[in-house]
Amino acid sequence: MSTSIQLNKVVKAYGPLRAIKGIDLSIEPGEFTVFVGPSGCGKSTLLRMIAGLEEISDGDLLIDGERMNEVAPSRRGIAMVFQSYALYPHMSVYKNLAFGLETMGAKKDEIDRKVRHAAEILKIDSYLQRRPKALSGGQRQRVAIGRAIVREPRIFLFDEPLSNLDAELRVQMRVELSRLHQQLGNTMIYVTHDQVEAMTMADKIVVLRDGQVMQVGKPLDLYNRPANQFVAGFIGSPKMNFLPAKLAGNAGAAGEGATLEVAGTSLPFGRALPPALAGEALTFGVRPEHITVGGEAGVFLGEVEVQLVEHLGGQTVLYVSTKGGEMLTVVIDGQMRVTHGEKVALRVDPALCHLFNAEGLAIAA
Amino acid sequence: MSSASSPVTAPASGRGYAPPGRLGRILSRNGPGYLFLLPWLIGFFGLTLGPALSSLYLSFTDYDLIQAPNWVGLANYVRIATADPKFNAAMHVTFLYVALSVPLKLMFALAVAMAFNRGIAGLPLYRAIFYLPSLLGSSVAIAVLWRQLFAADGLVNGMLAWFGFQGPSWISNPHYSLYTLVVLSVWQFGSPMIIFLAGLRQIPGDLYEAAEIDGASNWRKFWRITLPLLTPVIFFNFVVQTIDAFKAFTPAFIISEGTGGPINSTLFYTLYLYQEAFGFFRMGYASALAWILVIIISLFTAFAFLSSRYWVHYDE
Repeated sequence: MSTSIQLNKVVKAYGPLRAIKGIDLSIEPGEFTVFVGPSGCGKSTLLRMIAGLEEISDGDLLIDGERMNEVAPSRRGIAMVFQSYALYPHMSVYKNLAFGLETMGAKKDEIDRKVRHAAEILKIDSYLQRRPKALSGGQRQRVAIGRAIVREPRIFLFDEPLSNLDAELRVQMRVELSRLHQQLGNTMIYVTHDQVEAMTMADKIVVLRDGQVMQVGKPLDLYNRPANQFVAGFIGSPKMNFLPAKLAGNAGAAGEGATLEVAGTSLPFGRALPPALAGEALTFGVRPEHITVGGEAGVFLGEVEVQLVEHLGGQTVLYVSTKGGEMLTVVIDGQMRVTHGEKVALRVDPALCHLFNAEGLAIAA
Repeated sequence: MSSASSPVTAPASGRGYAPPGRLGRILSRNGPGYLFLLPWLIGFFGLTLGPALSSLYLSFTDYDLIQAPNWVGLANYVRIATADPKFNAAMHVTFLYVALSVPLKLMFALAVAMAFNRGIAGLPLYRAIFYLPSLLGSSVAIAVLWRQLFAADGLVNGMLAWFGFQGPSWISNPHYSLYTLVVLSVWQFGSPMIIFLAGLRQIPGDLYEAAEIDGASNWRKFWRITLPLLTPVIFFNFVVQTIDAFKAFTPAFIISEGTGGPINSTLFYTLYLYQEAFGFFRMGYASALAWILVIIISLFTAFAFLSSRYWVHYDE
């Protein structure tokens, strides 16, 4: 029983301020969609509008094709897990799980069955009589999810549910949530500012900025083909390196790639570019993991000076500066013997590089 | 560091250095602290503990301000318990006043605090205006004003007359006089209201949002979330207001002109105590009355604290 969600030109205005600026979005039944973006981008507001906790100023929200703008939250078939967990501190875990069902007027034995079933799924059945204050962060999180499960909603909404957990528990809960999604098959919307969470859990990522959708797509599509410089910088860790660039000489004809001038070096881009770009201030982007040090593969990006080295064991992270003073991050697989102040030659595969115009939009090759 | 460090010794002087005693050492070390504490220490020992212990002693005497106190043992207490109809009347009036005024005041204060908590424009101004009666409430001036309002020809009856009702004399009719004082007490809801408002602000908004998604009505949210999470504040207000109500004196004194009338209907315990002490100069007897009030308030407070573990929810 999966459910689709459709947003048509949805706006949220607080007086003259428009927090959500006309969003169009379609979420397919059973999809795990992640809203991601920096603080203040409107992702939580958008989620709360879907939940019915915030009024929709303009546009339409459709759930399974039915307009829901004025429908009360409890009648939208949703359940929500809050960042703070929002557990009732004066009630036992059992009572917390049962509260929604009691409110709906469910019978006692039905409540008991559903509560115990949810507790079993989430492995919280051994502390049903405890109060939330007697639970760890991870256990509280499970109770919060359990409270959503018992209601058997059509849609699960998660508002940064893992941000109060430590790093190890976050990874564990991430896996558990993904497993829960596979098990239940419901439509889920998950809000986070953490792009790693977005990449690892989502079927579909919606990147937001200033109340607008920057790009919608599958995680690897966003990683491989970012539509703009913002998405390119936001998705991927460490973030993509950006260098000022311009078209050097001709834009390249068929079979002959354009040449770019990047960080004082002429770089064969390998692809033809629109001649109209001549003279425009462009931005060249390359991910840290797509740069190699030394060797013969790819094309020469420039000689740089190593400023800082981080040895992570499986990877070596270099922070280097170009002749022009721009800082770059380079991630090398494995362990590399390199020291501060050393000069190294960087090479890149042009096929893995990105180019953005003055407005920050990706230039299609 | 050095292996030959010598033990610390008193300075060897030829002036016969005498080490100070323990008290001297404490005073020399903490002298300025005690100096700052002095006003409070004088107040506590001279104006609180001293008179309290003195009144405890006097409660076992027949002291009348003129002659030296004579030890009478438990005679005052025995008389209070067995042969003082006015004591019974005062207890009846006081307990009725406490039982009516405290819950009504707390309910009214909570209702106003909840209305304010919904977020209205100009809240600080309204908060100040509503708090004002609490500042003025127990003053003599307000009690005098109250007497004028509720007199037979007062403003309240004047307003009732517009609607065709002929109101009684609220303060000189024994059926209504105590209730007039209850209304005066409820009117002073500002202080518990401010505390309730602070308590309401502490309840996280997402608990209500979670309940909203669960489809809880406002009434259910109030009973299942607001009230339980407010119990620490309710408990505090309840104890403080009850103690205050037991000690209420000024309104009854002014409205009944010190008599506790009509027909003892406003004879608050403290008013009766005052009459015994400063009307009949039975200081020993009044002291015994005062200690009985102390015991009643202590028992009540102890009961409130003991019961709190069953109904007060403390988070974390």
